[in-house]
Amino acid sequence: MSTKSSKYLRLTLSYVIIVVLALCALYPAVWVLLSSFRPGSSLFADSFFPKNPTIDHYKELFTSPSFQYGTWYWNTLKIATITMILSTFLTTISMYALSRFRFKGRQNTLTLMLILGMFPSFMSMIAVYILLLQLNLLDTHTALILVYSSGSVLGGFIVKGFYDTIPRSLDEAARIDGANHFTIFWRIMLPLSRPMLTYVALTTFTGAWVDFIFARLVLRSKENWTLAVGMWDMVSNFQNSNFTMFAAGAVLIAVPIMILFAFLQKFLVEGLTAGASKG
Amino acid sequence: MQRHRKTATILSILSMGLGQLYNRQFVKGILLLLVEAVGLVYFVPRLGNAIWGIVTLGSEPAHMERIGKKMVQVGDHSIYLLINGLIVVLVFAIFAVIYVLNVRDAYRNGKHRDEGGAPASIRETLAHVADKNFPHLLLTLPAISVLFLTIMPIIMAIMLAFTNYSAPNHIPPAKLVDWVGFQTFIDLIQLKTWSHTFYGVFVWTVIWAIIATVTTYFGGILVALLINQSDIRLKGLWRTIYIVPYAIPQLISLLVMRNLFNGQFGPINQYLGYFGLGGLPWLTDPFWAKVTVIIVNMWVGIPVSMVLILGVLTAIPKDLYEAAEVDGATPFQKLRIITLPFVLFATAPVLIMQFAGNINNFNVIFLLTNGDPVKGDYQYAGATDLLVTWLFKLTFNNSKYNMASAIGIIIFVIIATLSIWSYRRSKSFKEEDMIQ
Repeated sequence: MSTKSSKYLRLTLSYVIIVVLALCALYPAVWVLLSSFRPGSSLFADSFFPKNPTIDHYKELFTSPSFQYGTWYWNTLKIATITMILSTFLTTISMYALSRFRFKGRQNTLTLMLILGMFPSFMSMIAVYILLLQLNLLDTHTALILVYSSGSVLGGFIVKGFYDTIPRSLDEAARIDGANHFTIFWRIMLPLSRPMLTYVALTTFTGAWVDFIFARLVLRSKENWTLAVGMWDMVSNFQNSNFTMFAAGAVLIAVPIMILFAFLQKFLVEGLTAGASKG
Repeated sequence: MQRHRKTATILSILSMGLGQLYNRQFVKGILLLLVEAVGLVYFVPRLGNAIWGIVTLGSEPAHMERIGKKMVQVGDHSIYLLINGLIVVLVFAIFAVIYVLNVRDAYRNGKHRDEGGAPASIRETLAHVADKNFPHLLLTLPAISVLFLTIMPIIMAIMLAFTNYSAPNHIPPAKLVDWVGFQTFIDLIQLKTWSHTFYGVFVWTVIWAIIATVTTYFGGILVALLINQSDIRLKGLWRTIYIVPYAIPQLISLLVMRNLFNGQFGPINQYLGYFGLGGLPWLTDPFWAKVTVIIVNMWVGIPVSMVLILGVLTAIPKDLYEAAEVDGATPFQKLRIITLPFVLFATAPVLIMQFAGNINNFNVIFLLTNGDPVKGDYQYAGATDLLVTWLFKLTFNNSKYNMASAIGIIIFVIIATLSIWSYRRSKSFKEEDMIQ
């Protein structure tokens, strides 16, 4: 009897904690969503649920001349998509080469990549800025795409770990059947690495979608901005004066990422745990 | 019979491609000759100037001068000299590698001919490259992009730490920048104003990294164990809810948090008011600001740890628990003797890497508090600033580029030490074979 009641106690307690934690996890998201429908512009609200919900803030984001939300959305979508394609391509081919082939200098390349990854990225930003200035690429989307894509190569160790786990007998069998390296890569390895490709694509897309530091440094004119830069500008200029507008903007930025995330959750978790067992 | 290999080698040393032409590989030879020509046109006017630029960083600052009837800007811009010099030197390094490969190729083909073979046609050469040098082919494009957009900037940033490139006295084009050796590092440690800030920020960075790692890690274990209990229902639902903070971009969630914790109008203080409690200065008091960043970091970080640890938990062999039950172990004993050691063992390397990540946790600090509240006796830093956010401020707000680079190098040394240590440890773990 006492074990049974202690079991109930434990279960009740567990459920209470689980529900409280769930509320904590969801609260900020729900709060900002509700705030975005609240009339007026102040941060302070007397009730959690807005009394007269309105979508005016969303309308204003796209129509007001001081925001160019439509343009920014399009810019961001363009930059993030091209970055995603380019960095998935670069990461996949380089990690495939480093994982499946043994050649002179391979070990040194891997060590060098690890070392480069240990420098804080802001340290080199000023040099990249001067380089872009010299190449006349400031205030262009090309600059962002190039820098994001080349930066993603160094973060590709998870992909290498993935290719390491595919048995070698697979390529050897294909070689005996007369396939060349390119065919093996294209016909056998790429289809096998779909979860990994999805993971890389998703992380690079999100990375480009939310970066505001480098983008703010490079993009000077307002019509070239990305969402994150516009958002940052909105926050630093009128966080307190126009909070509900900020909330609407925040929802619009977060929603696409969350939808992507929901679809790809399985792959993402796989990618994360794959990285974990490799260290 | 060493005639061909000798002649071909000497010719290819004289100029790229000549050896190949001698070996009757005309397409390759002409292509290499073209590379040589382009190289000469590019390097002859630039290389000497580039090295002069890197060594001296310019001899006179930019100023206006009358040339003929126009006013023209003349003089040197130290930083442009440095970056252009680096680019030329790097391109020259690539050129030199191609040159060496060209000589080796001429020698090999000459040897092949000495032994009575016919020189390979261009089609055979290409097929050979695609077969034997496939990984190099794949790596060329990524390597070039990394060389110019990552390696070159890092080299330049390291070099800047040894110059006096900083506001207000050494900002080109009006002023020149000079090499100063280790002076920047000495200033950082010995000048009272800098060293006080450096030690303060450094100590807080370490404390922050320890607390942030421990709270998110053990928080993750607790949450994972909680929903992994065999008689909890709707596991999938709870898991999905707990992943939500991970799915929201940090840019958004942290800015939202900044509003939630707003001292005057934020809902958190509003709710505390309902319970008859006074509001707390969440973001404006040095102590409470530190508490806030740690709480918010738990909200951001626990989901990641939870996902990781749930993955590890499913990998624990069930028979271990069954055996323990046969021996009459209580649930708590099972947890202590089986679950925890297993989880700790499997995630130890991740733990160290998370610690390293937290040292560089830019987003949480920058977006939530921006390093504030400002501390009067700090040089351009606030109470919650980490080394990395301080570096950011020094670069982008205060133009103290040399100091920022020096701090970057120090961060690098810390992270590198940690990584080597973690690598050694995980290796020794593997050798011990703790878990079969």
